[in-house]
Amino acid sequence: MTLAQAESTLNFECETGNYHTFCPISCVAWLYQKIEDSFFLVIGTKTCGYFLQNAMGVMIFAEPRYAMAELEEGDISAQLNDYNELKRLCEQIKRDRNPSVIVWIGTCTTEIIKMDLEGLAPKLEAEIGIPIVTARANGLDYAFTQGEDTVLAAMVARCPDKAPVADVEKNEGNAIQKLLNFGKKKEEIAAEESEFVKHPPLVLFGSVPDPVVTQLTLELKKQGVKVSGWMPSKRYTELPVVEEGYYACGVNPFLSRTASAFMRRRKCKLIGAAFPIGPDGTRAWIEKICSVLGVEPKGLEEREQQIWESLEDYLQLIRGKSVFFMGDNLLEISLARFLIRCGMTCPEIGIPYMDKRYQGAELALLEKTCLEMGVPVPRIVEKPDNYNQVQRIYELKPDLVITGMAHANPLEARGINTKWSVEFTFAQIHGFTNARDILELVTRPLRRNNSLKDLGWDKLVKEAKV
Amino acid sequence: MKLAYWMYAGPAHIGTLRVASSFKNVHAIMHAPLGDDYFNVMRSMLERERDFTPVTTSIVDRHVLARGSQERVVDNITRKDKEEHPDLIVLTPTCTSSILQEDLQNFVERAQIESKGDVLLADVNHYRVNELQAADRTLHQIVQYYIEKARKKGNLPEGKTEKPSVNIIGISTLGFHNHHDCTELKRLMADLGIEINEIIPEGACVHNLKNLPKAWFNLVPYRELGLMTARYLEQEFGTPFVDITPMGVVETARCLRKIQQVLNEQGAEVDYEEFINEQTLHVSQAAWFSRSIDCQNLTGKKAVVFGDATHAVAMTKILAREMGIHVVCAGTYCKYDAEWFREQVSEYCDEVLISEDNAEIGNMIARIEPSAIFGTQMERHVGKRLDIPCGVIAAPVHIQNFPIGYKPFLGYEGTNQITDLVYNSFTLGMEDHLLEIFGGHDTKEVITKGVSEASDLNWTKEAQTELNKIPGFVRGKIKRNTEKFARERNINQITIEVMYAAKEAVGA
Repeated sequence: MTLAQAESTLNFECETGNYHTFCPISCVAWLYQKIEDSFFLVIGTKTCGYFLQNAMGVMIFAEPRYAMAELEEGDISAQLNDYNELKRLCEQIKRDRNPSVIVWIGTCTTEIIKMDLEGLAPKLEAEIGIPIVTARANGLDYAFTQGEDTVLAAMVARCPDKAPVADVEKNEGNAIQKLLNFGKKKEEIAAEESEFVKHPPLVLFGSVPDPVVTQLTLELKKQGVKVSGWMPSKRYTELPVVEEGYYACGVNPFLSRTASAFMRRRKCKLIGAAFPIGPDGTRAWIEKICSVLGVEPKGLEEREQQIWESLEDYLQLIRGKSVFFMGDNLLEISLARFLIRCGMTCPEIGIPYMDKRYQGAELALLEKTCLEMGVPVPRIVEKPDNYNQVQRIYELKPDLVITGMAHANPLEARGINTKWSVEFTFAQIHGFTNARDILELVTRPLRRNNSLKDLGWDKLVKEAKV
Repeated sequence: MKLAYWMYAGPAHIGTLRVASSFKNVHAIMHAPLGDDYFNVMRSMLERERDFTPVTTSIVDRHVLARGSQERVVDNITRKDKEEHPDLIVLTPTCTSSILQEDLQNFVERAQIESKGDVLLADVNHYRVNELQAADRTLHQIVQYYIEKARKKGNLPEGKTEKPSVNIIGISTLGFHNHHDCTELKRLMADLGIEINEIIPEGACVHNLKNLPKAWFNLVPYRELGLMTARYLEQEFGTPFVDITPMGVVETARCLRKIQQVLNEQGAEVDYEEFINEQTLHVSQAAWFSRSIDCQNLTGKKAVVFGDATHAVAMTKILAREMGIHVVCAGTYCKYDAEWFREQVSEYCDEVLISEDNAEIGNMIARIEPSAIFGTQMERHVGKRLDIPCGVIAAPVHIQNFPIGYKPFLGYEGTNQITDLVYNSFTLGMEDHLLEIFGGHDTKEVITKGVSEASDLNWTKEAQTELNKIPGFVRGKIKRNTEKFARERNINQITIEVMYAAKEAVGA
């Protein structure tokens, strides 16, 4: 391979997988808040419970709609009957909380003892009258945000395949329209409908905070594209209708299984776009959706430009600086692409798992961005090895390392700036509107440095202690 | 199966990791799936640790399920041995490896052949012991390993130190105020003219463990960690141990008198009575506090205590015996130590509650309606909900319970800290009540408002709903910014679009 080739094509490597990330069961923390009428039951051990309790922090005291079904020795050795035990707990949940859905989160332990959750769920569902969705979000197979992927993939199967027809005779118009626009007058609906271009129904997937749902829906509305539904919706009872031939498009890079569930199980057409993270990503995302749906995008270039201009104060801080992603939440490719467009360089993108098909458009945009910005393409390290990465960080001395909390303080003590990666999962980072929020996070350590400079407190560990 | 939202003591491997990573140059390798290394996050965040936590994982994934770990564990151990040259590597089983039932001992033996450092398998069963028991056991195991090793090599030191000396056993990472307690104990020993022989496990080097028998006695400040080790050393070397927690004025005195007795039995001829008297009456403010009118006002006030065995027992005794407070219920989540707990507190409280179920404890508090709670972070939140002040006295804890300032719970300075904690909890509650009785701070209605909440602008229903989704503490700011934006552009109808355009313009 010549040098020129090496610089223009993306390099994929795979290391040992000895890296720090959150267990995928952490997805209950944001999903129970997103799906308001759900209850998440994590079937696992004290280890799982301890992780959730500590990772969720103060949320745990707000009577969350989640609980552990803590397995005891009798469950492991099958002295207790799984079905009866789960039935007892789910009845208790039904009595105390009355949710519209109970989501069972399978863990490493249920995998190892081969508890047939998928088999037990339909039986129990029929018996207690509450839908039970099973997601195997375990640390044997998945990392952190992939937990959401397993839950959404399981929920795709629960989306109604036809619009409810129950009150069709009462209403003169289309029942779905009636439901979607309920309470509005006929002429208002007509006026609203005329704002959209006629195109096949589009369902978006990925759990984002409600304000982000509104923002992205509005961005598409400006182009005349109508969003027929979001997966997940605010309530389980409002899951979007998914019919064969619908279009589906993801908003997050870690949703490969959900994407294939839409394609294979619901016969939807997937729009493979870059993800709406950063103004460049958002524009690419909208353009791709428009092009697939046959809509002429308008005003996007100006809109993107406008956002970039509003970011200028932050861009000045990071231009020419380097960023190293240790990798733990699968947002890394999109974030790196955005930051390179911001003028940063990126020697390495660590990532737990790389789906080159689902992230295809994103990878292409990354490559294009590197080319246009005249920077070398990053090496993409799948299943990274944190120990090796720390050695590379010492060598490369990047201006910023985006990493988990396990490494952040030790790196800071060695004079290396870090940003805690988990914050990107919980902050609002999608769409044009939130581009500044990403930079707010990225520039925080650099702004901190500006206020602390000249104090001579960069390195705070004693060298060579043994 | 058990429905659980919250647990007081963590899983077994946390205990092992706490002990292993307290030692200097000891590395723990967990046999666990991806994501079980949350311990590193806790240590890095709560302890604000500057160094990398010496814990890595030998990952259990799908392949391990199918074919077993094979060479992986051994490779990970030998690799870590080469990379960091630890004195000891502790292979730590988790709940997952408990069920896989791989022959981890065999891996350890094989890895030992190639490793320069020592390799040990932590002998803890996830389903039988919790964090605290596992910590106690692991410390005992490591001490025993190095004593036996030294004995085999014949370099176990003979005899005792020249002057009276002590091993302090049980100070560990992520322990509740452990670092401050350790400093306080060291000071106390220095005041008594007792040399510190070894402090384990925090900051200790495994090669020094062979020196443990040289101490005249062992001090075990916490009930949960160190007793097994102390008993082992007593059995092996006849070293007596003192396991009275020096927390509170009376207990500190009792601890010191016990130390005096233990030393005098070995011919030290020490008399600490003068010291105890001086400290009690003039150094610690706690004795004086108990006579002051502040404390008089607390007489008979109801309190509830809950925590680990050590802190709940000590706190109950302090409240009842030293401050005249009425402890209605004292409880612990250390179920395995229930008998000792009952015996210790039964004469100082009306009822005893032994439970790991946070709902049961919450209900107890609601029923009793005490004026103050002394408990863990969980009880603090129960208190918040019920409007009852709470002082945190035991783990589980949050980052605010790892203060940078000097805040021991043990020794004479500890008694001062506890006095503040107790008094502040109660007065806060009292002030609250007084305010309620007299109708709040401001009884006059506010006539003029500096910043008007009412606005001349028209918010659409959708925009209003969207605004209401924004968390309360920033909502006002967003509303003001949006309206400012709208006014500047002569927009008088605020839609969602205007809201977000404003956000983009202001850049926040």
